[in-house]
Amino acid sequence: MDLILEGILKAFHLLFTLDPEVLGITLLSLQVSGSATLISLFIGISIGTLVALTEFPGRKLVVSLINTGMGLPPVVVGLFVTIFLWRNGPLGFLGILYTPAAMIVAQAVIATPIVMGITLAAIQALPKKLRLQILALGATRLQMVWILVKEARLPLLAGVMAGFGGVISEVGASIMVGGNIKGYSRVLTTATVMETSRGNFDVAIALGIILLLLAYFINLVLTHIQQRERPR
Amino acid sequence: MTVAAPLLAVRELRVRRGGALVLDISSLTVEEGTILSLIGPNGAGKTTLMQTLACLIKPHGGEFFFKGENVFSSHGLLQYRRMLAMVFQEPLLFDTTVFQNVASGLKIRGMNGPEIEKRVGQNLRRFGIPHLSERSARKLSGGEAQRVALARAMAIQPDILFLDEPFASLDPPTRESLMEDLEKILRQTTTTTLFATHDRMEALRLSDRIAVMNEGRILQIGPPAEVMNQPRDEFIASFVGVETILSGEVIKKDRGSFIASIFAQEVEAVGEVEIGEPVVFCIRPENVTLAVPPHQEATSARNVFPAMITKIVPLGLYYKVHLDCGFPLVAYVTGHSLEDLSLQEGQIVSASFKATAIHVIRKTKKN
Repeated sequence: MDLILEGILKAFHLLFTLDPEVLGITLLSLQVSGSATLISLFIGISIGTLVALTEFPGRKLVVSLINTGMGLPPVVVGLFVTIFLWRNGPLGFLGILYTPAAMIVAQAVIATPIVMGITLAAIQALPKKLRLQILALGATRLQMVWILVKEARLPLLAGVMAGFGGVISEVGASIMVGGNIKGYSRVLTTATVMETSRGNFDVAIALGIILLLLAYFINLVLTHIQQRERPR
Repeated sequence: MTVAAPLLAVRELRVRRGGALVLDISSLTVEEGTILSLIGPNGAGKTTLMQTLACLIKPHGGEFFFKGENVFSSHGLLQYRRMLAMVFQEPLLFDTTVFQNVASGLKIRGMNGPEIEKRVGQNLRRFGIPHLSERSARKLSGGEAQRVALARAMAIQPDILFLDEPFASLDPPTRESLMEDLEKILRQTTTTTLFATHDRMEALRLSDRIAVMNEGRILQIGPPAEVMNQPRDEFIASFVGVETILSGEVIKKDRGSFIASIFAQEVEAVGEVEIGEPVVFCIRPENVTLAVPPHQEATSARNVFPAMITKIVPLGLYYKVHLDCGFPLVAYVTGHSLEDLSLQEGQIVSASFKATAIHVIRKTKKN
């Protein structure tokens, strides 16, 4: 019990004293996962909407691949991103392995299918005739897609939450492609793993609590927007 | 109603779905400022025709002229679509306020703020919903939502309005009040309208012309009275409310009237036919009169038959009485008549109808 209590006290101490190392780790976590989520939103919503609105041969296969992708194991993503970014790998020339950029890439790979799958489901859940109605109102195809995305904004917000939640708490890929380098590529999850393995439970608990609070506050903001939007 | 040059004209319009021909319209014209109703059972092709005419479905063949120009070649689909508006059975409103919903078609057209305000305000007033302006579209009743959908369509000031069963999901009082308002607005604005419905009473009320559809074809088109009273075949007859449809053969004829044998009974009707010709008699239930034997009075009706009441079905304000006169016959009577004559199932009455009240369909004549 002491261990937990001590951890919590230490966490608040670290938080309130704005410990530079913890602050740096927290900001980097936000930066990496935030960027990865933004990238995943851009790709996920575009492709998800496209797949939802078009009929093509092999569509079912694509949909099932996207759905499978929603549960990609982070370590597998870490493995393949590492191979791709390895010095001799296809993208080795970029020279970004063991940098925050590599972590953004890996996390974007994890979050994109989540956002894509939720977008696909959200757009498909809109009434079929809504598309006809929008076209009959004189919309161009692009205007129609934009209106549909706006109509699906509440479930899409859930996609943002799921995507961000998935990557901020992810550890396997980040540690593999980022290397957990102190002051450079160390984020909340990788630092927690390291501190736990070293037996520094107090710091690990502190980092864990920060991670939880972070996830909670971001979801609180998004939930607030979602609930305010929900007309009822 | 003055008839101008057709606003819309199609020829040989065909739509296939999965290889099957689901729409086959050899010719259809809609005059400017008129209301044409499409009636027919579910699956008759009304919606497919509407959506094809609104260029939401691509036809597999045919010509389509709007204001004299070929839509497929000269107008450009978007340009044409911006001249029309469509309201579906479901309101299909956007998840925003009523005001924004009514403004949506105008915003799509890139219209500016003051003009949007003016048009939205005007249409909210027309449909009696200015008080709902800032309400979320998700918080409306079915009738209110459909008013918003109609206001959204009319705000565009369409050259042609497509209404695809817009009242089908509404309860009768709501439907009644909305239909009354819509009728007034369409007449005031002289909006050319295509109105699909499976309710012939709605069609009768709103239209200048009615087209009866089945299996993707237009079976008959004409003024409401003509379609209702002179259906071209048995299908149309039953769809427009003719309860008694009887097949027989002409056995005697005499100066404009003739007698046909129907279930071995002789029934007199009016028309030019040949002896031996097969005919179909359509008798509307409101044209059949019932009398109970002791009170029977002299009548000018040429057809009087003893009949047994087989079933009495209440239909709100009146009753539908099924009779067996050797052939089946249906009559409508009011509640008063039912009481006065103390009609009951199993009772023998006298059923009469005029020879002129029978609409005759000649079976040898090619329709």
